[in-house]
Amino acid sequence: MRELICISCPQGCRLTAEISGDSWLITGNRCPRGEAYAKQELTDPRRVVTAVMPTDDPAHPFIAVRTDAPCPKAMIPGLLNKLYRTVVKTPVKNGDFVIKNIDNSEISVIVTENI
Amino acid sequence: MVRLDYDVVIAGAGAAGLAAGTVCAQAGCSTLIVDREGRTGGILNQCIHNGFGLRYFKEELTGPEFAYRMSEKARHAGAEFALNSAITDIKQLEDGTFDIRVLSGKDGVTHLHARAVMLAMGCRERNRGAIATPGERPAGVFTAGTAQKLLNCEGKLPGKSAVIVGSGDIGLIMARRLRWSGIEVKAVIEIMPHSAGLTRNVVQCLHDFDIPLYLSTSVIRIDGKERVEKVVAAPLNSDRTPDTSRAFEIECDTVLFSVGLIPEMELARKLGVKENPATGGAEVNSAYSTSVPGVFSAGNVLHVHDLVDFVAEEAEYAGKCIVDYLVGAKTGKEFSSAAGKNLKYAIPNRFAAAKATRFLFRPTVVTDRAVLKAMVDGKSVWEKKLAFVRPAEMIIAEVAADTLHGDVTFELEEL
Repeated sequence: MRELICISCPQGCRLTAEISGDSWLITGNRCPRGEAYAKQELTDPRRVVTAVMPTDDPAHPFIAVRTDAPCPKAMIPGLLNKLYRTVVKTPVKNGDFVIKNIDNSEISVIVTENI
Repeated sequence: MVRLDYDVVIAGAGAAGLAAGTVCAQAGCSTLIVDREGRTGGILNQCIHNGFGLRYFKEELTGPEFAYRMSEKARHAGAEFALNSAITDIKQLEDGTFDIRVLSGKDGVTHLHARAVMLAMGCRERNRGAIATPGERPAGVFTAGTAQKLLNCEGKLPGKSAVIVGSGDIGLIMARRLRWSGIEVKAVIEIMPHSAGLTRNVVQCLHDFDIPLYLSTSVIRIDGKERVEKVVAAPLNSDRTPDTSRAFEIECDTVLFSVGLIPEMELARKLGVKENPATGGAEVNSAYSTSVPGVFSAGNVLHVHDLVDFVAEEAEYAGKCIVDYLVGAKTGKEFSSAAGKNLKYAIPNRFAAAKATRFLFRPTVVTDRAVLKAMVDGKSVWEKKLAFVRPAEMIIAEVAADTLHGDVTFELEEL
C-alpha cells in the first residue's frame, strides 16, 4: 500500500493506493483527477520544469522558460543542466521553442516572455 | 503621457491593476495604469513557476505568461500605461476628484487629474525585523521574494546552503527553486502547527526533494560574523514559548524569510481611507469602494489572496464597480459585516442588501467539516456547509440578494 497527496488542486486529497491484480486501486480521492494523478505518480512521476536561461541580450541577460508538458522526474537534473548552459538567441517571443523534443521525449522547452 | 486628465487612474500594473484597467477601458472610461517598474505584470514577472491561471484562464500558466495575457488584454481594451513612474502623492479635491503627483525619470514631476482612483499596489514582504528574530546581523539573510527576484530576474544565486523560515507559498516555491539551482535546502521552519502554504506546494516543493519541514518550531538565533553560519531553532512548548532545552543547530550560509505579506498602504493613508486591522488593507463595501468615495481597492493591497486568479476576478469586479461609480449609480442601503468565531476577517466590510454579495473569509482553524453562519441580531439567517477549511485557503461564499437584512457577523462552526 502507498499513501500520497494529490497535487491536482488545492484540496490536497490524501490518497491510498493498493495493488489489485495488475492495477492500482485508488481511494481517498474526491474527484477523477485524483485517480489519474495517483496512477501517473506511482508509475511515471512527472513535473513541469521552470527555469531561467541566459540570453545573448545584455539588456535582458536572463529569460524565463518552461517545459510544454510535465517532464519525467528522472530527466529533470539533466534538463536543468542543459538549460543553464544554453544561451537563448534573441529576439524571442512568448511560446517560442528553445529546445525541441528533448532526448526524443516529445517534451520541448518554450520561453514564457518576449525579449 | 498623452493627456493628464483621466476618468480612472490605477496605482499598480500587477494582476489587480491590469484586470480592473481592462474593464474600465472596455467600458469607455479613459484609464491610466501607473507602475514604478519598467514592465507591466508586477510580482508575476519573478514568479516563473507554473500553477497560475487554472481558474481564470482555464489553463496552467507561469507568472510571466499570466502577466503577459493580462497586459495584452488591458492594452487591447485601450488602457494607457505610465511605467517607470511612481505616484508620490494623492489628494482629493473639493469636488471629489483627485490630484495625483507622479514622478518619473522621463517626465519629472507631473500632476494628473482623475475622477476615480484604484489602489492596486499589492504587498510588501514581512522580513526578519517584522518577527524580531534574535541573533547577529550577518549577510545572507533575505526575504523569499528578494531571493526570488535575484535568482529569476537577475540570475544570481543567493548562497550555497539555505534554511527557510516560514512555510508560506513563496518560501515553499523558493525551496524548489533553490534546489533546482543547485543550492542545498537544509530545512523549512514553521512556527504554526500547520504549513502556511498550499498542500500541493508542500508536496511538490518539499516532499519531492526530501526537505524537512519543522512545524511548531521557532528560530531563536541567527549566528554568523560576516556571513550567516548557522540557525538555532527550538520546538515550541504548549504555551508557545521555545523549549530551549531541545534547541538544535542547522549550519547554512543563507536564511530566507517567508513570513507573510503586508499591504502597501502608504498611498491609501495619504487619502485617509479607513483601514481594517485584520487585513492590513482598506475597509471596503461590496462595490470595493473604500471609506473615501471614488477610491477603490482590490487585490493583495486589500487582503492577501492565495491565488492570482482570485486577485484578477476580484479586481475585474472592482473595475465594474468603478464604471458604475463614474456613471453615477447608487449602491442603496448598506449594512456592516464582521468576522466572528474562527474567522480572521470578512470582506467586504459593508454590503448593499439589495444585491447579491460575494463574501471572502480567512479562517483561523484547520477542519474538514464546518458550517459558515451569518448571524443577524444573534440569530443565524444564512448557512453554508464547508468540506475543507484551512487558513492557507480563502473561503468564498455567494449570498443572494435580499438575504441579509441587518448588520451581520459571520461565524465558522466546526462540526
